[in-house]
Amino acid sequence: MLQILTPEGDLVGEPPVDVERTVSLYQQMIEARAYDRKGMALQKQGRLATYAPFEGQEAAQIGAAAPLGDDDWVVATYRDAALMWAQGYPWELLFLGRVGDERGGSPPDHVPVLPPSITVGGHMVHAVGLAWAARLLGEERIALTSFGDGATSEGDFHEAMNFAAVFDTPCVFLCQNNGYAISLPREAQTRSETIAIKADAYGVPGVQVDGNDLFAVVSAVTTARQSALAGAGPTLIEAVTYRLGPHTTADDPKRYRPDDEPDPWRERDPLVRARRYLEAADAWDEESERAATDRATETMDRAIELAEATPDTAPDHVFEGMFAEMPPHLRQQLGEARR
Amino acid sequence: MPETTTYAKALNTALAGLLAGDERVFLMGEDVGVYGGAFGVSDGLLDRFGEDRVRDTPISEDAIVGAGVGAALTGMLPIVEIQFSDFVVNAMDPLINQAAKLHFMYGGRANVPLVIRAPGGGGTGAAAQHSQSLEAWFAHIPGLKVVLPATVQDAHDLLIAAVRDPNPVVFLEHKLLYKTEGHFEATDDVENPVAKIGESRVIRHGSDLTIAAYSIMTIRALQAAEQLADDGIDVEVIDLRTVRPLDIGPVRESVMKTGRLVVAHEAPIPVGVGAEVVAGVVESNALDYLLAPVRRVGAMDVPMPYAKDLEQAVIPQTGDIVDAVKEVIKS
Ligand SMILES: Cc1ncc(C[n+]2csc(CCOP(=O)(O)OP(=O)(O)O)c2C)c(N)n1
Repeated sequence: MLQILTPEGDLVGEPPVDVERTVSLYQQMIEARAYDRKGMALQKQGRLATYAPFEGQEAAQIGAAAPLGDDDWVVATYRDAALMWAQGYPWELLFLGRVGDERGGSPPDHVPVLPPSITVGGHMVHAVGLAWAARLLGEERIALTSFGDGATSEGDFHEAMNFAAVFDTPCVFLCQNNGYAISLPREAQTRSETIAIKADAYGVPGVQVDGNDLFAVVSAVTTARQSALAGAGPTLIEAVTYRLGPHTTADDPKRYRPDDEPDPWRERDPLVRARRYLEAADAWDEESERAATDRATETMDRAIELAEATPDTAPDHVFEGMFAEMPPHLRQQLGEARR
Repeated sequence: MPETTTYAKALNTALAGLLAGDERVFLMGEDVGVYGGAFGVSDGLLDRFGEDRVRDTPISEDAIVGAGVGAALTGMLPIVEIQFSDFVVNAMDPLINQAAKLHFMYGGRANVPLVIRAPGGGGTGAAAQHSQSLEAWFAHIPGLKVVLPATVQDAHDLLIAAVRDPNPVVFLEHKLLYKTEGHFEATDDVENPVAKIGESRVIRHGSDLTIAAYSIMTIRALQAAEQLADDGIDVEVIDLRTVRPLDIGPVRESVMKTGRLVVAHEAPIPVGVGAEVVAGVVESNALDYLLAPVRRVGAMDVPMPYAKDLEQAVIPQTGDIVDAVKEVIKS
C-alpha cells in the first residue's frame, strides 16, 4: 500500500506537491469537513433530505481532484461532495441537491462534473463514454470516476473496466474503500485480497494507496492521469479509508459495527496528519487553523443560505425537464399541476 | 385470536413461518441479514435461521436474481430481495429472459419457483430513482406473476402463496405501507396458502361506482369511499391484489351493478395496468352496462420529483380519486 505521509505526519516518501500547495489542499479538506458536518447538522434539523456523510474520506476526495486539469471529467457518487466541489461544483448547489431540488443536479456551464450517481455503479460506464468522446474529439482531458467498495460487485464495474481497458480510454477509476457498503463489511463484499488487485483481470495497472494520506492519493492520481493522457488506458486506484459516520442519516451503524470500531481510524484522520506535517514544516499553526476553520464555517453558512433562498421548484421545472420540447400531454398535466 | 400488526411485521412473520416450515426456503439480498433489511422486514431472521438461509449478498442485483433462478431450478424456494424495486432493472436479464421463460423453453420440465420481493412506490422523499412503480413493466412479460398486497393480512398471506407458487413471482411491497397497522391472523400452515394469486376481491360494497385499485391505492380508494359516502355517493372498492394474472371477473360484475368505473394506481397512467383493467371490462358485455366514461387515476407522466410538495402533486392522492369519482358521477 502506497503511503507517503504517516498518521504521525512523518514523510516516508517523496511529496508530490510543495508545501504551499499542501497548505491550500489542507484548507480544502477543512472546508470539505465543514460542509459535511453542516450537512449532518442541517439534516437533523429537518432542513436537508437524507444525507450521506463522507467524514474521514476528505484526503481521498480532495487528493483525487488536486491533479486534475480544469477540463477533466468527474463522475462520482452521493458521497463525493468534496470531490465534486474541488472540481468546480459550488457548495450551494450541492446543498440545494440535498435540500431536495433537482436544480442541485445542474452544474454551472464549464464545470465538468456530472450530478452524483444514486444507483450504485451505474455511473462508471458513463466515465468510459466521456473519456472515449474526449479521445475522438482530440481533447486533452480524462474522466475520473469515483465509487465505493460495494460498487465493485456490480456488473457495471466489470464492464466499465473492461471497456476502458480494451479501448484504452483515458479513465481513472477511483475506489474509495471505506470499509462498508451499508452494513456489509469489505471482507464480505469480495474475496479478492485487495480491490486494486482486480485491475490484473483487465490488464491495467492497479494501485492500493493509503486513502487517508493526501500525498499518496495525489501521487497515484497524478501518475494515472498522465498515463491515461499518454494513451496507455485506465488505472484502478484503491484508496483505503474509513467511513467514520453512518451510511446515511437514515442508518444506524450500531446494528452492524461496534461503537468503538471507528476509534483507531480517528487516529488516522486525514486532516490531522496533514496538519502535523504542515506544522512541522512551520507552514501552519494554531492561528491559521482557527482562521481556516472560521472561514470554512462562514462559507457553509453562506452556501446553505443561498440554497435555502432559492425559490421552491415550480411544477414547470419538472415538466420542462422532460423533453427538449414539451409535448402537448405534458403541457396539459402542467396546467393541472399548477392548480 | 385476531390481533393487529404492521405490514412489515406481517411480512416478517410470513418469512419466519416459511423458513421454519420448509428447509428449501432461503432468503438473500443486500443488507437483509445483520441489518434486518433496509425497511426492517427481515429483522431477527438471521439470528433465528443462520447465514446459510438468510444471506447478506454483495451489491449484485443480477447475481441475486440470477442465482435465485438457478437455485429455484433445483426445487429450492428462494426468496430474493431487491433493496428498492428501482434496482430490479439491474437484474432484467435473469428476470425477463430467464425466470419468465425457462419453464417454457425447457419444454415444461423445469420450474422456477422464485419470489422476488422489492419495495416500490413514492411518498418518502427519495426522488426519481428510489420511488418508481414498475409493475406494468413486469406484468407485460408472459411467464411472470405480479403481486401487490395492500393490506397487512394480504402481505402475509400472499407472500406465502407466492412462495408456494411454482412460477416466478414479482412481489412488490409499498414503502409507505410498511408501518401501517391492520387486522392480522398468522397461519401456522405455510404449506397450504389461504390466499390465492390471481384473485381480486371486493373489499367495500357499494352501488354507485366501482373503484378498482391495488397496493397503496386500495387504501386511498377506501379513504376516498368514506369521504364520498358523506356526499351520498356509495362506492364499491375492488382490491386487485395481483395485476398478473389479472382477475377481471369481479370488476366486470361490479360494473354491471354500478355502471361506473374508476381505476387507480400510483404508476403513471400511459400504458399502465389501468388500461388493461378498462380493456378487460369493455371487452365483455359489462360494456353495455356503463353509464359514463371510465376514468384512470395515476401519477403524472414525469419522474418522481425530489421536492416534497411536487412529489405529493405528482403522486395520486385520496383527493384525486374523490375528484375522479365525482366527475364520472356527474358525466
Ligand atoms: C444498483 C443499486 N443497488 C442498491 C442500492 C442501494 N444502496 C445504496 S448505497 C449502497 C451501498 C454502497 O456501498 P459502496 O459502493 O461501498 O459505497 P459507500 O456507500 O460505502 O460510499 C446500497 C446497497 C443502490 N442505490 N443502487
